[in-house]
Amino acid sequence: MSSTLETAANPQILKRIAIDPLTRVEGHGKVTLLQDDNNNIKQARLHITEFRGFEKFIQGRPYWELPVLVQRLCGICPVSHHLAAAKATDMIVSASELTPTADKIRRLMHFGQTLQSHALHFFHLCSPDLLFGFDDDVRHRNIVGVIEDHPEIARQGVLLRKFGQEIIRITSGKRIHGTGAIPGGVNKSLSKSEVAYLQADVQQVIAWAQDAVQLVKKVFFEHYDYHQAFASIESNMMSLVRPDGAFELYDGGLRARDIRGNSIFDHVDYRQYEEYIRENVKNWSYMKFPFITSLGEEDGWYRVGPLARVNNCDFFGTELAEQERIQFMAIGNGLPVQSTLAFHWARLIELLHCTEAIAEILEDKDLRGKELVNKGELVCCGTGVIEAPRGTLFHHYEINDEGIVEKASLIVSTTNNNQAMNESIRKVSSQYLDGNELSEALLNQVEVAIRAYDPCLSCATHAMGKMPMEISLLDANNELIDRLEKNSSGQINRTL
Amino acid sequence: MNSRRAPILIFTYGNPSRGDDALGPAMFDLLGKWQQENCKEDEIELQTDFQLQIEHAMDLEGRKKILFVDASVSCAAPFECQRLQARQDDSFTTHAMSPSSVLAVYKQINHHQPPPAWLLTIRGYEFDLGLDMSEQARDNLRQAYQYILENYCK
Repeated sequence: MSSTLETAANPQILKRIAIDPLTRVEGHGKVTLLQDDNNNIKQARLHITEFRGFEKFIQGRPYWELPVLVQRLCGICPVSHHLAAAKATDMIVSASELTPTADKIRRLMHFGQTLQSHALHFFHLCSPDLLFGFDDDVRHRNIVGVIEDHPEIARQGVLLRKFGQEIIRITSGKRIHGTGAIPGGVNKSLSKSEVAYLQADVQQVIAWAQDAVQLVKKVFFEHYDYHQAFASIESNMMSLVRPDGAFELYDGGLRARDIRGNSIFDHVDYRQYEEYIRENVKNWSYMKFPFITSLGEEDGWYRVGPLARVNNCDFFGTELAEQERIQFMAIGNGLPVQSTLAFHWARLIELLHCTEAIAEILEDKDLRGKELVNKGELVCCGTGVIEAPRGTLFHHYEINDEGIVEKASLIVSTTNNNQAMNESIRKVSSQYLDGNELSEALLNQVEVAIRAYDPCLSCATHAMGKMPMEISLLDANNELIDRLEKNSSGQINRTL
Repeated sequence: MNSRRAPILIFTYGNPSRGDDALGPAMFDLLGKWQQENCKEDEIELQTDFQLQIEHAMDLEGRKKILFVDASVSCAAPFECQRLQARQDDSFTTHAMSPSSVLAVYKQINHHQPPPAWLLTIRGYEFDLGLDMSEQARDNLRQAYQYILENYCK
């Protein structure tokens, strides 16, 4: 793996370019590029600020509130936090095993969440990049552009999203701030009419998901070399897998593989994750830098999320997704697929799997069962790990005798991908920065690279009124050399 | 998924646990109480969410009037209200959309103009996770609430 990101010989003499792809107050996705005297990009730094204060927010709250409380950490994937916290509190109440009804309702909720999140990402966030090309006018390269040129695709995206949201509403009780998962189980099962309501649309949803996979595959192969090379980096990959090695989103053991696909660790009990994963702190970032302990800080960074999950699993438990996985893995020629843009393809294979899995689980009578909760003795700590849409999500809590949280530790998916995103940004910046002049092309390419990871840059809050993007070029003495600002309509102005 | 719908939709959004970003959900709560006391469920539907997204275009279908309510870091205090046009913007680069973008999605998937829509932004000041709503924001909220009752709920 490249390690030049943090090992520039004299970073204090590097020039800096700051990119601020920001539309909301919380979403400070600021990128700083540091040049050397020869105008080569030696360092890339993605600054994300919204993860500040998670643990402090949680400390002092009773453990039974956690599954509801943590949804407010993120407006993008509240269900992922809901379920990770619920799993941790299962452990706190000694519910070593859930009832079949509780387990399947939670899994259904998680499939719904992943489906709607992936649908949003493909149809709304990345399809403009893929369908129009990365050099397309930014004013066209958005969801409305997609709708104009591909009206059926866009409508399918909206309806897929809506279907996922309906699953969440029905399984969690509410459209947002749901209370479905509780310590030891769930607080309601599904009625016959609710199951029938979801079943009415599920075959159509599977068909749309199949179409989406074919579309992303077609785009990938039409520009094969470009897709393979763009922001491509070599990384370790980590994800959950089922005990038999199958793809898994809700519960399983941790698996990590190196850049050649060799095992680093496998089927690790996630309660022991702190023995396998450590986090590094850097003085320029609020976000930590996790790494695999056995490989060390320099070589131990890794990727999570769809690319890692599809690479890491031995097979999918559903037929259509498994067929697509085999085709996907073929482009790696026996090695893990490392293309950053292959995230999009992997994401849609997962979306297809979710639709198939939803159809299967809706046939299961356990969804309508009456046994909802298992509980035992209260213990002092609990760990919950799930595969959120963007990757592995860790929640760990320690409580006192009154059940109040004294310590909370979270590693969110975007944090797991922190170093990898920096590496991908550095790769594209090296390619597109020409001398000391910032360009719209550079902005676009950096955004495309970041977007492939689908990071939570804008979660949790969204008050209006901020400039969406700013790029500044500073020299080694912090003198401003160039600056571009992009307004909310996509217009770019040089403001030096 | 759409049954008979109330002609007026008031859609608030924001995160209740991020200081003044809670202005939208707080308005939802205030209007909910008013609605219950005045039996207006058939005339006005209230919805709330963390953020606006593409599927919310479907919530706009079958309405006569729509009001979005959000916190703002830059509008004039106590609040501003402006008529919206369906307009694509750069909000696709994030996971949250602007109301105008949602209207634009509505227009494109339904092939006709969206219902008349307004955005009421309430001035907020502090948005960090875990903060309570500021006193200034609470004052602004009260004034905005009266404005909505007088202009949208009669």
